[in-house]
Amino acid sequence: MRFTKDHEWVDLEGDTATIGITAYAAEQLGDVVFVELPAAGKAVKAGEGLAVVESVKAASDVFAPVSGEVAAVNDVLSDNPETVNEAPEGGGWFVRLKGVTAADVEALMDRQAYEAFLATL
Amino acid sequence: MSLQTIGRPTRADFHDAAEAPHGHGLLQDEPLIFELGGWDKTGVDLPDGDEPADDLAGFTRAEPLRLPGLSEPETVRHYVRLSQKNHAIDLALYPLGSCTMKHNPRLNEKMARLAGFADIHPLQPVSTVQGALTLMAELARWLETLTGMPAVALSPKAGAHGELCGLLTIRAAHEARGDGRKTVLVPTSAHGTNPATAALAGYGVVEIAQTADGRVDLSDLAAKLHPDVAAVMVTNPNTCGLFEREVIEIARLTHAAGAYFYCDGANFNAIVGRVRPGDLGVDAMHINLHKTFSTPHGGGGPGAGPVVLSAALAPYAPTPWLRHGPDGFSFAEHATGESATALGRMCAFHGQMGMYVRALSYMLSHGADGLRQVAEDAVLNANYVKARLAGAMSQPFPEGPCMHEALFDDEWLEGTGVTTLDFAKALIDQGFHPMTMYFPLVVHGAMLIEPTETESRRELDRFCDAVLELAAAAKAGDVERFKGAPFHAPLRRLDETQAARKPRLRWTA
Amino acid sequence: MRYLPLTAEDRAHMLGVIGASDIEALFADVPAAARREALPDLPAHAGELAVERTLAAMAGANRAAGAGPFFCGAGAYRHHVPASVDHLIQRSEFLTSYTPYQPEIAQGTLQTLFEFQTQVAALTGLPVANASMYDGSTACAEAVMMAHRVTRRRRAVLSGGVHPHYGETTRTLAHSAGIDTIRLPAAVDDEAAVLAAIDADTACVVVQTPNVFGTVSDVTKIAQAAKAAGALTIVVTTEAVAFGLLKSPGEMGADIAVAEGASIGNALNFGGPYVGLFACREALVRQMPGRLCGETVDAAGRRGFVLTLSTREQHIRRDKATSNICTNSGLCALAFTIHMSLLGGTGLAALARINHARARALAEAVGAVAGVEILTPRFFNEIAVRLPRPAAPVVEVLADGGILAGVPFSRLDPAAALDDVLLLAATETTSQADIDALAVALSKELG
Repeated sequence: MRFTKDHEWVDLEGDTATIGITAYAAEQLGDVVFVELPAAGKAVKAGEGLAVVESVKAASDVFAPVSGEVAAVNDVLSDNPETVNEAPEGGGWFVRLKGVTAADVEALMDRQAYEAFLATL
Repeated sequence: MSLQTIGRPTRADFHDAAEAPHGHGLLQDEPLIFELGGWDKTGVDLPDGDEPADDLAGFTRAEPLRLPGLSEPETVRHYVRLSQKNHAIDLALYPLGSCTMKHNPRLNEKMARLAGFADIHPLQPVSTVQGALTLMAELARWLETLTGMPAVALSPKAGAHGELCGLLTIRAAHEARGDGRKTVLVPTSAHGTNPATAALAGYGVVEIAQTADGRVDLSDLAAKLHPDVAAVMVTNPNTCGLFEREVIEIARLTHAAGAYFYCDGANFNAIVGRVRPGDLGVDAMHINLHKTFSTPHGGGGPGAGPVVLSAALAPYAPTPWLRHGPDGFSFAEHATGESATALGRMCAFHGQMGMYVRALSYMLSHGADGLRQVAEDAVLNANYVKARLAGAMSQPFPEGPCMHEALFDDEWLEGTGVTTLDFAKALIDQGFHPMTMYFPLVVHGAMLIEPTETESRRELDRFCDAVLELAAAAKAGDVERFKGAPFHAPLRRLDETQAARKPRLRWTA
Repeated sequence: MRYLPLTAEDRAHMLGVIGASDIEALFADVPAAARREALPDLPAHAGELAVERTLAAMAGANRAAGAGPFFCGAGAYRHHVPASVDHLIQRSEFLTSYTPYQPEIAQGTLQTLFEFQTQVAALTGLPVANASMYDGSTACAEAVMMAHRVTRRRRAVLSGGVHPHYGETTRTLAHSAGIDTIRLPAAVDDEAAVLAAIDADTACVVVQTPNVFGTVSDVTKIAQAAKAAGALTIVVTTEAVAFGLLKSPGEMGADIAVAEGASIGNALNFGGPYVGLFACREALVRQMPGRLCGETVDAAGRRGFVLTLSTREQHIRRDKATSNICTNSGLCALAFTIHMSLLGGTGLAALARINHARARALAEAVGAVAGVEILTPRFFNEIAVRLPRPAAPVVEVLADGGILAGVPFSRLDPAAALDDVLLLAATETTSQADIDALAVALSKELG
C-alpha cells in the first residue's frame, strides 16, 4: 500500500489500483456522512478530483493519486458512509482504477514514509 | 485530498440518555402539526356548499389532499409553544458576528402593514401606486446619499441575491465591450456567499491571501490582477471586523487592471453615516436591509439586498428602473428603449416592498445624525467587548481597534479540552446566543462577536461577565460543564450526523 | 435617539475601559480622505409620530386593493389571511431570531420549517421540499440551474405559458451559466410546441399550470416526453391555492416543482416579500438549492430538528455550492405554514373550490360583455380575455372609476403583440357585486 501527502492510499494489484483515504484522514474528518463517487468508465488523471467526502460541516475533495480509468466504485458507501470511519483502509475503499502504471504507484510514499510525514504535521 | 477539518464535532454525546422530561415550567413539549391536527378539521370558516368544478374533470386531484388542520385556539397554542423554544434578539444579546442582530423597531412593522403598502398589487396601474413609487425613490435617495453612489438597483431579494446582481451587472458591462473576463478574486476570509455567487455568475474564483494583520495582501492582489480578472470582491469592514486601510489602493489597482471593485456591504453598519463607499472607489455594493437597516431576520428571512452602482455600471442595472417624469413616477419594466442595456430581471415584480417600508421607517427615525451615531455606538460596543475580554481570550489581530465586531481565536483554549464549539454551547446555558463560530475560516477556532449598537452597557456587561466566568471555568479544567452543554436549553446537543446520514426531511405517518 | 441605549456617560466610561481618547480613535483605520463629517442632504432624526405621518401620507397615495373591485393576478393573488397568522409571526421569538444555526435554542423555527417542508411536499406531490426560496420566479431560475447540474445539458425549454417575469428571471441567471433559455412564444396552450421543442440536448422543460393565461393543463404527456429524452420536467405554479383542487406536479410526473407560495399566509406587499416553494424527487436532493431541515434526536434521545445536508450550501461548499442563497423567506414560510395549519387539507380544498367558483362567475359576467372573448379553455381562478382594443388604456379608465380591472398582458410582455389581452383573477375576496361592477364598467367603456 502506498500513500500521498493528501492522505489517499493506493493498493495496486496487476494494473488495478484500489484507492481510499487513510485512517488519519478519516479520524480528522470525523463522522463521514456522504461520499460522492465518480461514474464507472470515467478517465481520471493524477491530481484531478476523484471523489468528495462529506462530514456534517465540511466537504473535502479526494484527488486521484494516479491516472487510470474508473473500473468500480464502492457501492457500500452510498448506504453506509460510516464504513469510511470504521474501516478506512479496508471496506471503506472508494474507487478502483484500471490501466494504472505501476511506476506511478511506486513513486508514492510507503507506509513508513507516510508515518514520518504525519509526524511532521 | 483537501482535508477540510474546519467545522465542529458532529455527534452528540449521549452520556445522559436517561433524562427525557416532558416539558417543564413555561416550556411545553409540542408535537408536530401532523400529530395534532385532524384530517377533516379546519380553523377557517368558509361558506358552506360544495362548489362545482365539473369543468375541470380530469384535471383535479385523484386523492384528497392529506394535510391536517387545527382550530384557531389550537393553532395559536401550537405556534406560541414552538416560539418559546427560540432565542431572539428581543430576549437577550444575540452576538452573531457578521449578522448584525440589532433591535427591530416595531414602528417599522406597523408601517409595513398599512393597507396602502401591504394591500397593493405589483401590477396595478402605476397611477394608483404613486405613493409606493415615491417610497422606493426616497429609499433609493437615502441609499445613494449614504453610500455616495449615483444609482441603486432595489430589486435583489437578499444579500447574496444582491451580490449576484452586482456581479451580473459587472459581467454585462464587460460583455458590452466584448470583454469575456472569467475570473473573480475573493479574499480567503470572505463570506461563503462571495465565491458561491461568483461561481453562479459563471466566474472562476481565485483567492487572495491575507496579511498578518488581517487585511487583504496587496502584493498578492497585484500579482493576481491579470487581464482575465472581471472583479475583485472585498468585504469592508472585513470579516475579521477590521477596516481595510488600503481600500483606496485596492480600488486603484483593480481599476488599473480593467476590473471592477465589488464591495460586500454586509458590514456597512460599522461605517454608515461616516464613510461613503463611493469615496473609496467601489463600483458595486449590496446593502443587507435586514442588517444595517433593522428589518427583522425572521428566523432566516426575508431580507432585501439593494445594490448601489457606480456610473460605469448603472446602465446595466436590472429592470425595473424607477423613473420620474411630468406625470409622476413610472417603471421601465423591460430592457428596451432607455433601459435597453439592462441586464434583465433579477426576480418577478419590483423587489421586497415590505422591507423597503421598514428600512425607510428606520432611516427616517434615525436621520443622518442618528445613523452616524449607530455606527459609532456599534464600533464602541464591539471595542468595549474586545477590551473587557482581551485579558482572558486570545485574539488573532489584537493590535488596534476593531470595527463593529471583535474576533477571538481558540489558542487560549489549548490544553483545556474545551473547543470553540463547547464554549459556544456553554454560553447558551448562560442565557446568551453563541457568537459566530469557526468563521472566518482563516482564523483557527474563530469566535466572532458583534454586539451591535442597540445593546445597553448593562447588557454588554452581563454578557462579558458570563464569558469571563466561563473562560475561567474552562481554564480551571471544569470540562464537564462544556462537553455536555447546553444543559438548560429546550434540547441538548443534537445528532447532526444521524440527520445527514439518514435524512428525514418530512413527516411520515 | 430612542433605539440607542448608550448615554453620554456610558460612552465616556466605555472609551475609558477601551483606553481610547475619543470615538475618532476607534475609526483610526479609515483613511482620513474617506471620513465624512456629516451628510447634509439627509434630514435629522424624527420621532415616531413624525415618521408615521410621512409614511402614512405615502401609503395614502396608493389605491389599496381592498378599497374597491379588484381583479389583478398574474402571479400575485389577493387572499384573505386569518388574523391569527399575522399575530403569530410577530411573536418576538419568530420575528427577531436568526437562521437556526444553533438548534438547541432554535427548535421553534426548525420545527415550523419541518412542518413547512412536509406541507409543501404534500401540496406538490413530491417527497422532498426545501425550507423556502426568495419567491416563485427565483425558485424557477434555480430549478433550471439544478436541471443543468443533474443532466449536464445546456438547453432549457420554457413553455409560452410561463409567466414572462419567470422567464426573464430564469434567462438572467441561466445566461451566466452558459445555459440557452428557449422561451416559446406566448400561448394560451402550447403542449404541441413544447413537445416539439424537446431534444437530446434539453436539460429541462419548464411548464406552468395554471399558466400565465390561467390555463389549467395536465403536463403528464410533456413529462413523459422529457423523461424519454433524458430531460427533467419543472412544473411552475404561481397560485398555490390551486394545489387544493388540481392534480399535483408530482402526480403528473414532475421532477421538480416550484411555486409562488405567497397566496397562503402572505399579503400582496406590492410584489414582495413572497415565498418560493421548491420540491423535487428524492434522488435529486443533493443537487437542491437552499436550506433543508431534518429530523434527528438530541443527547437525551428526544426528537429534535436541525439544518442538514448543509454541504450543498455556500457557507461550506463556497464556489462549489448548489446555490449562493443564504437568507431565504423564513418568516413568509412561517406565515404559509400557520395559514396552512389553520386550513388543513379540507380547508384548502374548499378554498380552492370557492376561488374556482368566483372565477366561473367572473367568466360568465365578462364573457357576456359585447366584444369580449374568453381565451382560456380551462381555468382555475384566472382568465385571459381578448378585448376589441388595447387593454392597458381600458384598465386605466376603469382604475379612474375605482375598479382595478386586472393586468394587461402587454405589461408583462410588450413584445408578444397581445396588447388586447387582459388577465383577470377572482378569489374568495371577490364578491358578486365586484364582478357585476366590472361587467357594467367594461360594457360602458367598450360599448
